[in-house]
Amino acid sequence: MGLRADLEIIKQWIEPNTRVLDLGCGDGSFLAQLKQEKNISDCGLEIDPDNINSCLQAGVNVIEQDLDKGLSNFISGSFDTVLLAQTLQTVQRPDILVEEMLRIGDNCIITFPNFAYWRHRLSLLGLGYMPQSSALPYDWFNTPNIHHCTIRDFDTLCKNRNIKILHRTVVDFNSRSSFLMNLHPNLFGINAIYHFTR
Amino acid sequence: MARTFPADSVGLVTPELIHFDEPLELRSGRVIDQYDLKVETYGELNADKSNAVLICHALSGDHHAAGYHDPDNEKEKPGWWDCCIGPGKAFDTNRFFIVCLNNLGGCAGSTGPSSINPDTGKPFGPDFPIITVRDWVKSQARLADRLGIEKWAAVIGGSLGGMQVMRWAISYPQRLQHAIIIAAAPKLSAQNIAFNEVARQSITSDPDFHDGRYYDFNTYPKRGLMLARMVGHINYLSDLAMRDKFGKDAIEGNFGRDLRTGKLNFSYEVDFQVESYLKYKGESFSSKFDANTYLLITKTLDYFDPAVDYNFDLSKAFAESQCKFLVVSFTSDWRFPPERSREIVNTLLKAKKPVSYLNIDADQGHDAFLLPIPRYIQALKSYMDNVNREVTGEAG
Repeated sequence: MGLRADLEIIKQWIEPNTRVLDLGCGDGSFLAQLKQEKNISDCGLEIDPDNINSCLQAGVNVIEQDLDKGLSNFISGSFDTVLLAQTLQTVQRPDILVEEMLRIGDNCIITFPNFAYWRHRLSLLGLGYMPQSSALPYDWFNTPNIHHCTIRDFDTLCKNRNIKILHRTVVDFNSRSSFLMNLHPNLFGINAIYHFTR
Repeated sequence: MARTFPADSVGLVTPELIHFDEPLELRSGRVIDQYDLKVETYGELNADKSNAVLICHALSGDHHAAGYHDPDNEKEKPGWWDCCIGPGKAFDTNRFFIVCLNNLGGCAGSTGPSSINPDTGKPFGPDFPIITVRDWVKSQARLADRLGIEKWAAVIGGSLGGMQVMRWAISYPQRLQHAIIIAAAPKLSAQNIAFNEVARQSITSDPDFHDGRYYDFNTYPKRGLMLARMVGHINYLSDLAMRDKFGKDAIEGNFGRDLRTGKLNFSYEVDFQVESYLKYKGESFSSKFDANTYLLITKTLDYFDPAVDYNFDLSKAFAESQCKFLVVSFTSDWRFPPERSREIVNTLLKAKKPVSYLNIDADQGHDAFLLPIPRYIQALKSYMDNVNREVTGEAG
């Protein structure tokens, strides 16, 4: 299987020979690819033992650390890019994590499933079920996603916290953008990708 | 008939005694004019000498990390880290040339307090200088020179061994590719030093200690060393490990209180299993370890603090390091708890060094670093797979 499609878009915002911190780095394949293609200095945080082992196997630097316990061990400005892919909705305090990301690195990237995607809305409003989709494949009782948010929510957070959005893209499962998505991102976008700084 | 060994064992091994003539200047200012190091190696050094791995031992370890010495004795236990060293194991002897030595000041063949002082013709005893981790690493670098190893593919150690690994990365940054630091700490805490002091007092207050000159009296401070080891052992195990080990009687909430004979004695004899276990461990240790070496190594531990030369900023100590780091801790270790490993990790992050860190879920306490815990062994293996790819030039 190829690299997750949202990651292909993210790559263009990462400069060669820079330091990249990937919060929730999974099996490390994205960092491994960035190392190979852009010669970045990599650091990933992860808590899943199997993923951590995959990182070691791939030669990716991985630190067993729970995002919910904070990032105070990372000094300010110690990374160029801080990335949080498909993880924002799983943490205890997404707002604090966003602030911490901005403290550690200038160039921040976040992706998350857009809860306001029309199918999700239809499921909740029309059928009365918690939404499920390719982006939200879990049942309500076993989902790691505890803080769903929408594109409008995240825009508001950025506005209130004086966070400068450099790029905002919404994509479908194949990471395609369509006319409708551009017109009404909060309604037609499944995955939101934000590139921001302060 | 010669015995057979498991397929993943290095089998029968023979240690080598290597003599060094060049005087070794020590941190204390004293000098050791000449010394021997007892060394064991496993696997083959490759043509460009890039596959060498150094294993650094902890307090009670020695050069015998893997395999067997006795061609006949079926009951012989293998070296202290046999679960990790051998063909196909984490430190794969088909891939790596693995070197392990008894450190200077030890009592398993290298020059130490029980060796004969050429100036007096008697054992050094208390005259043997205090050796620091820095001195050990210096002597290990000389061993590397002797073996023709310019750069280690990896230097690895647990506990006090991990401290030697840190010292390698600080003192010889160009001479190692990877540093694996297991169940260690950047320096001892007051509690750690306190335990060491109890161990030392146990030994030095034994009437058979004779100010460290017990060899001259044809005796040795067996009781003192036994007590020292008992204290150490409590520190190396966790509360949970003890409950598990001594709580075989299936009573809920037994807390490891199994009785030795099934009933209380109402005397000061041994009542509980844990007591007889500690006594046994202490006794067997005291019969094979030199008390002066034990004293010396506890001091080596206490003195370890590489930050002292860098205005107490350890990240500055690592500033020149060029290797990648793997740091591992164990959840139930209360000698060097996970927080101490995280101090190392955070220091390396501050120094912008490449570091990986695992906190292994294990009940066995500090001793876990010696045990075949699946996730731990798998992590070492995965990491070393990658080291091997670097050594052989395969794309990573």
